[in-house]
Amino acid sequence: MYKTEVRGPLILGDKNYRQISDDVIAPINNPIPGWWKFSFFVALMMSLFGIMALYQTVAVGLGTWGVNNSVGWGWEIINFVWWIGIGHAGTAFSIFLLILRQKWRTSINRAAEAMTVVAVACAAIFPAIHMGRVWLAFFIFPYPNTRGPLWVNFNSPLFWDFIAISAYLLISASFWYFGMVPDFATIRDKATSKVKKAVYGFFAFGWTGSSREWLRYEALSYVLGGIAAVLVVSVHSIVSTDFAVSVIPGWHTTVFPPYFVVGAIFSGFAMVMTLMIIIRKMYKFQEYVTDSHLQAIAKILIFISLIMGTAYATEIFIAWYSGSQYEMFTFFKNRITGDYSFQFWAMVVCNAFIPQLFWFKKVRQNLTMAFIISIFINIGMWYERFNILITSLSKDYLPSSWTTYTPTWVEIGIYVGTLGFFTVGVLLFFKYIPMIAISEVKSVLKVTTLNPNDKKHTSHE
Amino acid sequence: MEKKYWKSPEQLINKAEQPYDEQIIPEGKNLLDLIDEEIAQKPTSRRNFLKFFGFSFATAAIASSCENPVKKAIPYLNKPEDVTPGMASHYASTYFDGTEYNSILVKVRDGRPIKIEGNTLSGVTRGGTTARVQAAVLSLYDGSGRLQNPMKKGEEITWNALDTEVMASLKEISAAGGTTVLLSSSIISPSSRNLIEEFKTAFPGVKHVVYDPVSASGILQANRDCYGQAVIPDYLFDKAGVIVSFGADFLGTWLSPAEYTARYVQTRSLTNGEKQLSYHVQFETGMTITGSKADKRIPVKPSEEASLVLGLYSALMKKSGLTGPGGGTENEIIQALADKLLANKGKSLVVSGNNSIGIQVIVNAINNLLESNGNTIDFSRPLLTQQGIDSEMEELVAQMNAGTVSGLMLWNVNPAYDYHNPAAFVSGLKKTKLSLSFSPVINETIEHVGYVAPANHFLESWDDAEPKKGVYSLAQPAIRPIYNTRQPQDSLLKWMGKEGDYYTYLKNFWLTNFCGNAESVWKTTLQAGVFEKETTAVAVSMNETAISNAVASLPSGKTGTEIETLVYQSIAMGNGIHTNNPWLMELPDPVSKVCWDNFASISPETAATLDVEAGSVLSVNNIELPVFIQPGQAANTISVALGYGHKNFGKVAEGVGKNVFPLTVFENGTRSLANLSVIVEKTDGSYQLASTQMHSSMEGRPIVRETVLGSYLESPDSGNELHAEFEKKHVTLYKETEFKGHHWAMAIDLNRCIGCSACVVACQAENNTPVVGREEVMKSRSMHWIRIDRYYAGDEKNPEVVFQPLMCQHCDNAPCENVCPVSATNHSSEGLNQMSYNRCIGTKYCINNCPYKVRRFNWFRYATNDKFDYNMNSDLGRMVLNPDVTVRERGVVEKCSFCIQRIQEKKLLAKTENRPLGDGEIIPACGQACPAQAIVFGDLNDPQSKVSKLFEDPRNYHLLEELHTLPSVGYLTLVRNREENQA
Repeated sequence: MYKTEVRGPLILGDKNYRQISDDVIAPINNPIPGWWKFSFFVALMMSLFGIMALYQTVAVGLGTWGVNNSVGWGWEIINFVWWIGIGHAGTAFSIFLLILRQKWRTSINRAAEAMTVVAVACAAIFPAIHMGRVWLAFFIFPYPNTRGPLWVNFNSPLFWDFIAISAYLLISASFWYFGMVPDFATIRDKATSKVKKAVYGFFAFGWTGSSREWLRYEALSYVLGGIAAVLVVSVHSIVSTDFAVSVIPGWHTTVFPPYFVVGAIFSGFAMVMTLMIIIRKMYKFQEYVTDSHLQAIAKILIFISLIMGTAYATEIFIAWYSGSQYEMFTFFKNRITGDYSFQFWAMVVCNAFIPQLFWFKKVRQNLTMAFIISIFINIGMWYERFNILITSLSKDYLPSSWTTYTPTWVEIGIYVGTLGFFTVGVLLFFKYIPMIAISEVKSVLKVTTLNPNDKKHTSHE
Repeated sequence: MEKKYWKSPEQLINKAEQPYDEQIIPEGKNLLDLIDEEIAQKPTSRRNFLKFFGFSFATAAIASSCENPVKKAIPYLNKPEDVTPGMASHYASTYFDGTEYNSILVKVRDGRPIKIEGNTLSGVTRGGTTARVQAAVLSLYDGSGRLQNPMKKGEEITWNALDTEVMASLKEISAAGGTTVLLSSSIISPSSRNLIEEFKTAFPGVKHVVYDPVSASGILQANRDCYGQAVIPDYLFDKAGVIVSFGADFLGTWLSPAEYTARYVQTRSLTNGEKQLSYHVQFETGMTITGSKADKRIPVKPSEEASLVLGLYSALMKKSGLTGPGGGTENEIIQALADKLLANKGKSLVVSGNNSIGIQVIVNAINNLLESNGNTIDFSRPLLTQQGIDSEMEELVAQMNAGTVSGLMLWNVNPAYDYHNPAAFVSGLKKTKLSLSFSPVINETIEHVGYVAPANHFLESWDDAEPKKGVYSLAQPAIRPIYNTRQPQDSLLKWMGKEGDYYTYLKNFWLTNFCGNAESVWKTTLQAGVFEKETTAVAVSMNETAISNAVASLPSGKTGTEIETLVYQSIAMGNGIHTNNPWLMELPDPVSKVCWDNFASISPETAATLDVEAGSVLSVNNIELPVFIQPGQAANTISVALGYGHKNFGKVAEGVGKNVFPLTVFENGTRSLANLSVIVEKTDGSYQLASTQMHSSMEGRPIVRETVLGSYLESPDSGNELHAEFEKKHVTLYKETEFKGHHWAMAIDLNRCIGCSACVVACQAENNTPVVGREEVMKSRSMHWIRIDRYYAGDEKNPEVVFQPLMCQHCDNAPCENVCPVSATNHSSEGLNQMSYNRCIGTKYCINNCPYKVRRFNWFRYATNDKFDYNMNSDLGRMVLNPDVTVRERGVVEKCSFCIQRIQEKKLLAKTENRPLGDGEIIPACGQACPAQAIVFGDLNDPQSKVSKLFEDPRNYHLLEELHTLPSVGYLTLVRNREENQA
């Protein structure tokens, strides 16, 4: 049980229920700030660039990318795995901390879940666009047909992938959305304009806040949470089988599923940290997202970073221990040393060493430092995927087909585009959806003093 | 009288009846034109408006949604006897490009020649081909290179006008007592030679000069000096126990490579219980495939060759107890070699690719001493494919410049490009009154000549050939001339005022000379393509004074460190007449693996001396060449391939590489490919070469397994011990697949494979694989379904080279099949790994998961795309496509199919003939093209099949077998004849 007297209050500033509603809904009602408009414009431009790159890919062909007949996957799969990893945080955050009864999650989980949905949507672009014939992407659906019938290959990790990602996106989005229903109702009730009332009212599903509704709401949360908890583990395990099922040295490893899941949570939490620091700063939510929240995330990051370091060491050890010369070459000649050693060491330093700075309380408390480290982790995680993909493919079994890989502007453009889509999504979330789960935060509020001006509580509890 | 039915009173009384013809669309007009006219004539009514509106709407919808209809699809009324739509016919014919001879079968499908195969009936090439022969079918459809009409000073004229003017000119020159020279490449056609003689009689003053840009003048003149016969004898590599070659790339480009390969591999085969191999020593400057196959390869500078040959001769004389001229190099290698040669007297063969008469005389002396004549060298069947004597061309150019040549007719020669001093030739050409070229393609020379009478492509022509004395073959057209062209023999006949065409002339010539006037003999010969006459053995005796003269004439071996150049004919380009062929352009050189360019090949230490690296640009006599660092290149030498740097030769050749014919020199009566005094400078430029293989070391992996003869004889699985070990470890949880009918497999004998790359072009022709261009090759996106992997081992200065042809291994436990999400790649019940292009969505997972990296992705739409303006971008170029193989769409993965279309064809044939399929009946394109018969295809379920037996051979192994992919391709270890393995 969370003991306020021991660990300090979760919400600072002696809030009452009404204040919470007002504070959280404020960005929705206030005029759009200048920085938002500027960021939105930049993100829109990035998205347009991405759309141009996507157009180029579909209209001209995958030849516009830098991939070749030895390195068949490049930036698109790196970015796919990277985005999926980031998309892990939200659900992992909500579910695992819910299971662990970590009440402090309540002020963060909404933003984390929003991030998940946007990131997974960004990730989903890549498996589609990397197909040579994206217009036939529907072949991957196991639909009944007159060709035999011809079914998909149920043995293929790519098919598992497709199922896992769609399921994850569906469940994450539902979980996020149903969690917002009471909050939409709050906004609806507080809204002054008719349009807003109608729109939020529509999304609130006619929520009245009756006990029966709360009961069903709770039940639904637990059901979805239960499913999502499994998916959090399965989705990235399955993404990892894209590699682990293959015969390619550096891919063919049994450590991949846990390693990928942990890595995903790692990058997801780092991204949550990045976002929360921005939200806190821009929307002055210091009283909800307190320093201790961020410190809690930092502590988790230290722990995961240690797991990552162990995973890297394990991989290298097993490569040596296996005695397979192909594995040895990949790890010792093409990762630790070789053409791509920068990417390898960038990965190790960013993921295994830099987060260790969080052991120092001063670093944890310094938000600028925390922000920078969280960015480093995401860079490091990007390099991890680069490392796995490119080093294994560029030099595999037969030296005759060894080659190098450099991305073209089109691949970079698609990545920039997804960063744009992500930012657009997050900015829209800032503006139109309560960033903090009002109803859940209220549940962890300990009212210490009563505000004389506010005797009646009008908000929903 | 039949009853007459009528449909209108007008018809009954035969009045005002519309002739039926008027109602159909007149010729040359289409429906839209008619409608336009109708609109123009008729006043617009509402009815008309609606009619045309409706029609145009419907046509717009149809036009925008459908392909254009085929305009002329006329079914046969009377089907020609030998044409069945959808069935290919094969016509025996002959390939001769002026230097290289090959007896071929032309595969014609629906009236289009689409593939060239070797003619197994030929005793010369024995069904083998080379890359150049395989690619020749594409040059038929070369829209950018071929001449389409006769021309006068660059303007098109009619054949009649050209004939009148040329005949008048020829008569005028003859009447004035002037000289007209017919300058041709070697002509091996007996009937054409006869015709030229007649032409000389018809026009007094006509002379015939033979000019070969890369000639065998040295050999011809040396044999004239030594034996009184200016011939190239037949080199019987199959009879040789010891083969010593001084710079002769006899497996690649020297004289008759397909034939020599077939003979050579007989001495390198171990699959039929042979217990010995020939011992092959190669002295050479650059790295050739012949040097790569040698048991001992010694890099030498071109200037050292004379001294080495003389040194060997002296050593042999000394060891035989004879007094020789002495001199030359004396070292351990030469001494050891001399011992070996003497021990194999009568079973040894020494050849030299050098064009110096002196060196060739000494080589003759060596062979004479070793009693090779009559054993490994046969003078009864001399090779006739190279007849040019270099000095004759020199004389001609001098005469032209002196103004004593009035007329010049050029037949299959392009001296403005390949003469060592093109300016002198062109200035001489300008002094002639009549200048005419028979060139079938645009080239550097035709812009300087008065008339062009374009010849047909050889697949459009009648011809005959006598590649070796007493060995004849016929060439028949496989298609009617595509353009307004005429073969030179027809032109000559016309100008002589003779009746009848060349076909009649040829047939009569054959009937009289070879067929004993029997039409049936002519027909069977035409069908077989080849005809051999018995010959009697020719004994030769050495003229000893020739030797002492030669020794005196030999240049003293230079010992300096000056850089020397050697230009060579590359596997793909030969002497440069095939340069506009995109298949050959993209064929990687077997050793350097570079395509789409020629380059200055230098050794690593020379690169250090010159302070250059790969990608630098060197200026060699003011020719700027990109640097390629070639391990094994002799120090202080630069090798450069001929055949590139064409100007005005068609769009593929345009601007690719540099012409290095000006680096050749005429000295001591012959033209030398080596240049001992060149000015080499480093430039500031840089240039990246397109290569299909970036890494050259096997990294200690058991990829190409190798052993030496001694160890092999001790235990046949020597070098291949891993195979048995891995076989024991094949365990699986799953039920192993059973193949109930056939189980196709392929065995590749690495001892036979010489890396010549004929298979690569054959596969490209058979399977419609696109050419992707230099840029894409640099991005590792070459589309070849079969590639020749080349690895170096050992010493960097003189590495061992191994070749390994690699195509889809058709794994029975294929990693690619498992990972495809849509089952686009799957396993057939006959053990084939199949691609269904229609199902492929292009995830490329299979490409990644293929340990052999043999899968190819269609990165772009390679057909009908202006960015890939090669053969698949024009209607004409696409005529070469094999209708039995799909042209793949952008975005799908493709790979070797084991020529499934050929498997199906033969299976069907056997089925319709109600008999079991025979072993060796199905031959994939690669195996069929192979001059070394290194590739054997067959059914593993038939224990008697050749491939089953080879799979049982202790030398057999599978590539990366430790991965349990269970490939259907087996490789037989490479066994070299040397003391111990260097690697």
